[in-house]
Amino acid sequence: MTPTKKTLGESLRDHGVSRRGFLKFCAATASMMALPPSMVPAIAAALEKAKRPSVIWLSFQECTGCTESLTRSHSPTVEDLILDVISLDYHHTLQAASGDAAEQARAEAMKAHHGQYLLIVDGSLPGPDSNPGYSTIAGHSNYDMLMEGVEGAAAVVAVGTCAAFGGLPAAEPNPTGAVSVMDLVKDKPVINVSGCPPVPMVITGVLAHYLTFGQLPELDEYHRPKAFFGQSIHDRCYRRPFYDKGLFAETFDDEGAKAGWCLYRLGCKGPSTYNACATMRWNSGTSWPIESGHPCLGCSEPRFWDAGGFYEPLSVPTTASGGTLLTAGVAGAIIGGAVAALARKQVKAEEADRQPVTVDELEQKL
Amino acid sequence: MLGLEGIPVQIDSRPQPIHERGNALPIVHEVRHALERLIATGEGTQIDLNAIPFGPGDEERLTTLLGTGEVSATIEALGPTRIQETAIPGVWLVDYRNAEGQRLALHIEIATIPGILAAQSEDLATAIATLDARLRPGQGAPRLES
Repeated sequence: MTPTKKTLGESLRDHGVSRRGFLKFCAATASMMALPPSMVPAIAAALEKAKRPSVIWLSFQECTGCTESLTRSHSPTVEDLILDVISLDYHHTLQAASGDAAEQARAEAMKAHHGQYLLIVDGSLPGPDSNPGYSTIAGHSNYDMLMEGVEGAAAVVAVGTCAAFGGLPAAEPNPTGAVSVMDLVKDKPVINVSGCPPVPMVITGVLAHYLTFGQLPELDEYHRPKAFFGQSIHDRCYRRPFYDKGLFAETFDDEGAKAGWCLYRLGCKGPSTYNACATMRWNSGTSWPIESGHPCLGCSEPRFWDAGGFYEPLSVPTTASGGTLLTAGVAGAIIGGAVAALARKQVKAEEADRQPVTVDELEQKL
Repeated sequence: MLGLEGIPVQIDSRPQPIHERGNALPIVHEVRHALERLIATGEGTQIDLNAIPFGPGDEERLTTLLGTGEVSATIEALGPTRIQETAIPGVWLVDYRNAEGQRLALHIEIATIPGILAAQSEDLATAIATLDARLRPGQGAPRLES
């Protein structure tokens, strides 16, 4: 078991970190937590006394993309995070132990830090009414392992859109009966750090917030920390001035695209998506999807997989989706195309009824 | 098999036009307000540029507009922190980097001197003891020429 008795200040001093180094650490932490630099003295005072929280990380129906994202955090690095900031007592992918020894480490951490540890979950899980065999670890169903972990947790952090909202496993037709963590956990605080995957600095920022202030950050209606999910991608987008001027790229290679104009008409979900990509960016702050010329997919929002075409503007009705046409097309091959014709007629009717949305109208809605 | 020259794809290496979005200008006005506050009350301000939605070229436009002043300094603690006075007195760029050179944060600090550059009061508390130790021979202190 990793000892957690030392404060962060003591731990950093043991590593020979000077006061200026500590202040720099605090400045980076404030930036990571999306707090203003004026908070640095308060953060320094709090971090000086903060003790490393025990963290147990459970991975269920997921692709390991969220852990891949976490390991790309550069402030703090995942090494700093594990050695100085938290005590990561169980994580399938990152821990050295395996098999019975790994499960024993989890049991010991839950017992030693009962009521105090942070439980992090990535991936959705088959619900209590589903076949538990869809996803098991060491012979335990995901549901049993989650409930066992939740019992002694101070709080639960659902990392990634799968854990937060069901994500890809819960997309239609949801073959495993996948549900989100907050669908099951009702008696403990749940923080959703959504994204597919989440921005690495947002994952570490939430942990740093808990470490610094000893309490959970302010959350929005979907249980996401407002510091990172409080504003839409659209409102923080550097291309917003082009939207305001009505300058849009119409294709991926037209003059508007080359000039960096707004990607709204290419399907950008920025106006309805809340995340921190626009300021925190990816790959050590190098870039983010819209900066590299691709519309936002809305990956941090509930049911984004089923929310219509990625390349359809938000003003296109989602009922006229490609899925409707595809399903109808398959059936049409069998029963003479009647259903397909009906679906196409529906799309045509919707296209005929569609009222073009003006920039002014969108401004009023947003 | 074709060589590279046989592949009919050419990279357009012409200089790309600069597209002004106007994202840097509001920051300059924020700096101006902060300068007025510093002059009137002595209160400093820090602006975290990582929290500003800049696009390609916006940061360069801002730093070019602010220019380069007389003072530059580097602090070596948990990697380099580079401090550069701009051409506007009282306006500093503070660039926090980790040991691998990756940027942790970039601040504009409006102050007479950036806070992290000054000697820290916590370190001053041990300053006399550190100096005294160096005055005692055999304590690992550098030898003084007599």
